Amino acid sequence: MLLLIQYTLIFASVLLLVALGGCFSEHSGVINIGLEGIMVFGALGGALMMKYLPADAPAAVIILLSIGAAMLVGIIYSLLLAVAAINFKADQTLVGTAMNLLGVAAATVFVKAINTAENPNNVSSTIQYINAKKAFLVNIGGFEFNWFMALAVALLLLSWVLLYKTRFGLRLQACGEHPQAADSVGINVYKMRYAGVMLSGLLGGVGGLVYITAGVSEWKFENGVAGFGFLALAVMIFGQWKPFRIALAALLFGLFRALSNVYTGFDFLASLNLPSTVYNMLPYIISLIVLALTSQKSAAPKAEGIPYDKGSR
Amino acid sequence: MENPYAIEMLNITKRFPGIVANDNITLQLRKGEIHALLGENGAGKSTLMSVLFGLYQPEEGVIKKDGKEVSIKNPNDATALGIGMVHQHFKLVECFTVLDNIILGMEPTKNGFLQKAEARKKIVALSERYGLHVDPDARIEDVTVGMQQRTEILKMLYRDNEILIFDEPTAVLTPQEIDELMQIMRNLAAEGKSILFISHKLAEIMAVADRCTVLRKGKYIGTVDTKDTTVEALSAMMVGRDVKFHVDKEDKTPGDVILKIENMTVASRMHHNNAVKNVSLEVRAGEIVCIAGIDGNGQTEFVYGLAGLEPLVSGKITLCGKDITKASIRSRSVSGISHIPEDRHKHGLVLDYTLEDNIVLQRYFEPEFTKAGFLRRKNIRSYAEKLIDQYDVRSGQGPVTVARSMSGGNQQKAIVAREIDRDPQLLIAVQPTRGLDVGAIEYIHRQIVAQRDAGKAVLLVSLEMDEVMDVSDRILVMYEGEIVGELDPRTATAEEMGLYMAGAKRKEQ
Repeated sequence: MLLLIQYTLIFASVLLLVALGGCFSEHSGVINIGLEGIMVFGALGGALMMKYLPADAPAAVIILLSIGAAMLVGIIYSLLLAVAAINFKADQTLVGTAMNLLGVAAATVFVKAINTAENPNNVSSTIQYINAKKAFLVNIGGFEFNWFMALAVALLLLSWVLLYKTRFGLRLQACGEHPQAADSVGINVYKMRYAGVMLSGLLGGVGGLVYITAGVSEWKFENGVAGFGFLALAVMIFGQWKPFRIALAALLFGLFRALSNVYTGFDFLASLNLPSTVYNMLPYIISLIVLALTSQKSAAPKAEGIPYDKGSR
Repeated sequence: MENPYAIEMLNITKRFPGIVANDNITLQLRKGEIHALLGENGAGKSTLMSVLFGLYQPEEGVIKKDGKEVSIKNPNDATALGIGMVHQHFKLVECFTVLDNIILGMEPTKNGFLQKAEARKKIVALSERYGLHVDPDARIEDVTVGMQQRTEILKMLYRDNEILIFDEPTAVLTPQEIDELMQIMRNLAAEGKSILFISHKLAEIMAVADRCTVLRKGKYIGTVDTKDTTVEALSAMMVGRDVKFHVDKEDKTPGDVILKIENMTVASRMHHNNAVKNVSLEVRAGEIVCIAGIDGNGQTEFVYGLAGLEPLVSGKITLCGKDITKASIRSRSVSGISHIPEDRHKHGLVLDYTLEDNIVLQRYFEPEFTKAGFLRRKNIRSYAEKLIDQYDVRSGQGPVTVARSMSGGNQQKAIVAREIDRDPQLLIAVQPTRGLDVGAIEYIHRQIVAQRDAGKAVLLVSLEMDEVMDVSDRILVMYEGEIVGELDPRTATAEEMGLYMAGAKRKEQ
């Protein structure tokens, strides 16, 4: 049971962070399908930082630096979307899809190059970070507390405050709902959209790092992040683009994802004798059902996906 | 002596490739006056306002505020000078509250946090002072168009704007709301605000404005005191010739019933309820029946149901004795319904097709235009040329002009030509003169009346009071999806119709 909670919380943290990222981007008016790719790159940044930090560095330093690296790389990668969608008014869905394809491929190439440079016989795309990972964990009784959980909660609160209590949030949402209105009162729509996309890069990047450190201590980058970016989009839609609802949705999806890791620990589930693949499929199936049922009354920002052109009004 | 002008635009010239949009135009707005800017579409009103807001830089001319020359490079400069505008299409965020919309862009903050309580005090004070009733906490999507407009006005007042520009503000309002707005404008002027009122509705200009500047084809025609002029004189200035306001038509006794609608109910795609409720009506040969009402009272869905764009929830439609309730759009069109749609870009034209292709859009499959599955381009061309000539549709390259590049008036003329030339039994015309200037309106009204005189049934859906009163033989008022009243245009008054339109009055069932 404790294990189930632990896994639920950590997977929910991933989904929450990435979905919040998507939420910022979409509230600014840019659809971010590329979250998957952003996660991969954020994960790469964090993993490399953990790999190269000296093993005896203090835990706090490891935590801060690897999170910082994941955020930074996530932001840089998200700029691809920002430049293409905001400056060149490209189709946001296509750019996002391209970013997902590029993300896994480019990360694989980088890691392989690094590995082969260290040891010519090593052609794997795996990075190990066994020691560094320990910095994130604190054992409380049998429960393995992960600093990322605290980070997710902190960023959730911060996101809510930012969206609903500050000038920035009000302006960001105006850009996603009615950019012409925002423009007419002197708000720079392009800048706000850049901010939205970059925030999604920051949150998506750190989400990627959390994902690859969730259960394991090495990551094979060929695998990408197994559709978690898309699951996060489903969480965001189920959460109706609102941070606290997103958090609840993330917990629900996280629970189903966690079940596949720990279902053998529950007698009645184990006795059902279902193959493990069924549990692996669960979150994805749930997201299909949830989206089919909820997409009717969607509260999506009205202007999302439409490039803003100052000329047309 | 103090300068009497709040803002002056002197000898403004703005050229675009191939066209002089503003040719030496002068507009002087006195402090505390209501000044109308009158002109047809394409007369240069929008360009002039874009110059004032810094969206365009004029080639010649200067702008002065309080007698001092100013340079306006972008909208923020205009705002800083105290110039504000209520756009024709409101610039409000629908899911925000009234309060959020007002403060957007000028939010009071403390340490980065919004201070809404402070903003609320200021807004409440302003709304009491100027008689602008709003509910600060209501969401824009839930409030009436009138309150949305008051929100827009409060947006300007909140920014302490001294010069208020209203761009065609009455287009979306009921007659009662128009009266209210005019009272508000007078209050604002009395408090020392200077108001520029852009419109092509002459009666409103005469009613509310002190002076009026007229533009025509990019040129400055003149500025007159409204108390020294007449509607006829203003329109002659605007159009450059005398315009008939009244449509001449003879009384005619209607013939057989052409269209019969029984208990029609149509669902709204947007709101998941029934937008048209149990409507029954008849249209006879040789009469123009007008569905009047304020925008959004089910007229759109009513026409969708009639034209076959939306299935009926219940009810029956009969055309010349034939049940067409379940007929497809094409079979309705072939059996004699012509439809001049409300949204000419969405349902009227394929914007990226040529004019000739648009003209045969409902007839391309007829043997005259198709042989063995191939289009007979020669016949299409000559037919298009005939219609273009007959209906005076003006375009850059004749039949091969891309529809998108044509002016709104000529796009509409092309649709009217196409629909009328099909020789229908029933002509449905939905807001056929929306956004058109006086000359084009006169033309289209003549065509509609000619159809009636030729013995066709005409169903006109209109939001324009004048059009309703002038063109129709019988008026049905639609309110919240129901026909609430039937009026005779010869005896009814605008006030009476307004009461029906606002739902304040309805006929006994």
